[in-house]
Amino acid sequence: MQNETEKEDTIKTPHSDPLHWVEKYADYLYGFAMSRIRDEDVAKDLVQDTFLAGLQRLDGFEGNSKEKTWLTAILKNKIADFYRKHSSHNLKVGSIEDKVKGFFDADSGHWTENDYPRAFGLEIDNPLMMKELGVILNDCLTKLPGLWFSVFSMKHMDDLASELICTELKLSTANFWVIMHRTKLNLRACLQKNWN
Amino acid sequence: MRSALKNIIYNCRQATFLIEKRIAEKITAAETLQLHIHLAGCSVCKIYQQQSILINKVFVGFKNSDFKLDEAFKKTLNEKIEKEINKN
Repeated sequence: MQNETEKEDTIKTPHSDPLHWVEKYADYLYGFAMSRIRDEDVAKDLVQDTFLAGLQRLDGFEGNSKEKTWLTAILKNKIADFYRKHSSHNLKVGSIEDKVKGFFDADSGHWTENDYPRAFGLEIDNPLMMKELGVILNDCLTKLPGLWFSVFSMKHMDDLASELICTELKLSTANFWVIMHRTKLNLRACLQKNWN
Repeated sequence: MRSALKNIIYNCRQATFLIEKRIAEKITAAETLQLHIHLAGCSVCKIYQQQSILINKVFVGFKNSDFKLDEAFKKTLNEKIEKEINKN
């Protein structure tokens, strides 16, 4: 009996146990991916790719880090790859300009009447209201162009410096700020439209 | 500087741009002054600023645990992993 326990111990540490990965980490990794890429199918693919990549690199797992940390690091790399691939597809600033037509008068820079911000009539200390707002925001986020969401998420979720995001996504600094501005204009307008 | 000031006093496009820049990183002292002057006279952009900050707060508040995988997908995942292990 005692022998058996010892045997089990030597098997468990420092090795990894892929048969329990899904049960232990799938939800966590999926949540991590969804927070950064608001696309269920893509997030699922990334989780799967992470596990498969993990299997191939099992030898490299030395038990220095926790399994969860190790798998998350792999996922982070997958997400960065996804961002890079994604960004090269829609880098035209022209398409960014199109998305913002109508917010401001072209000459004066004033808000156009249709678009100007009105108070939401929201009680921020009301958890139910905030939850409802979160649901709507989530919906609005999925409507953003992928690149915009990536930029916004890398900035606010991962708290990365803008220079780093620009390098990762091959963006100019000017375009980065244009996207940050347009993203928020669109999100805010979407909330206003759907919040009653 | 004078023309920059004149520009921003009536320009909500520029003001909201600076608001975003300030929230995400930082703006220069001159820009801070311009924005301050604009906001003093523009209640609409003030509302924008409040709501913009609120959006960030809600966004950052999303928890990883708000998202869950369906069991069917987990099952296929497990099967794929098992298959992969048996291959080696």
